[in-house]
Amino acid sequence: MAEPWEEDEGPVKKFMFVNRKAPYGTIYALESLEVVLISAAFDQDVSLVFTDDGVLQLKKGQTTDGIGMKNFSPTYRALEGYDIEKLYVDKESLDARGLTEDDLLVDVQVMGKAELADLMDEQDVVMSF
Amino acid sequence: MKFGLLVTTGPYQHQASDTALQYCRAALEKGHEIMRVFFYNDGVNNGTRYTTPPQDDRNIVNAWSELAKEHNIDLVICVAAAQRRGIVDEGEAQRNGKDGDNIAEGFRISGLGQLVEAGIECDRVLTFGG
Repeated sequence: MAEPWEEDEGPVKKFMFVNRKAPYGTIYALESLEVVLISAAFDQDVSLVFTDDGVLQLKKGQTTDGIGMKNFSPTYRALEGYDIEKLYVDKESLDARGLTEDDLLVDVQVMGKAELADLMDEQDVVMSF
Repeated sequence: MKFGLLVTTGPYQHQASDTALQYCRAALEKGHEIMRVFFYNDGVNNGTRYTTPPQDDRNIVNAWSELAKEHNIDLVICVAAAQRRGIVDEGEAQRNGKDGDNIAEGFRISGLGQLVEAGIECDRVLTFGG
């Protein structure tokens, strides 16, 4: 028997994943991305927020050879293929780090904290990494 | 109300795991339901039975096991996060050629889908840690 969320008109909830940490230095960015990829299989309304050092996760030109870690940044480009297309980036966090939208490796919507707060308010589930 | 919990930090170094336990007890006492506790990031370290704190300290792992037994709560450890950190059950130990398992009573190892499922089924998902 199909589980409720597997039926055609199963419940769709709004999931927001908030990414706050730099891509390397801690495992949060990588393990957040793993949750995001799994969530795509459940046909939910998924959005991602990048704020604080989390904006660095999307920076173009990451090379990790020198630190012996896997460069997982190409995975962000694959999100579109999983129908995860709502990527929101905090403008203040970009500004504070001297970055603009052109420095990012995927298409995003840049917005202010007030707008992000409104979006967050609309969610059913918010998970922050 | 039906709650799901996400625990993202290990025991002792952070208080989050203690707080999650206390939250579970308080919610159950008030008649709420805890559908699942999902352990992710370093939170998977809450599920090793080799944890041996000094005798005058609380044993957080045993406290989770007791809570699960008393109230039939589903304690789920993320398999990918667990493999990175050396938390294995019998099946995972065999599959990965390890010489033993260390999962504590009342915990089970499963995938991240269990976290998303909790998000879909529960009225609220609360994060402890991070």
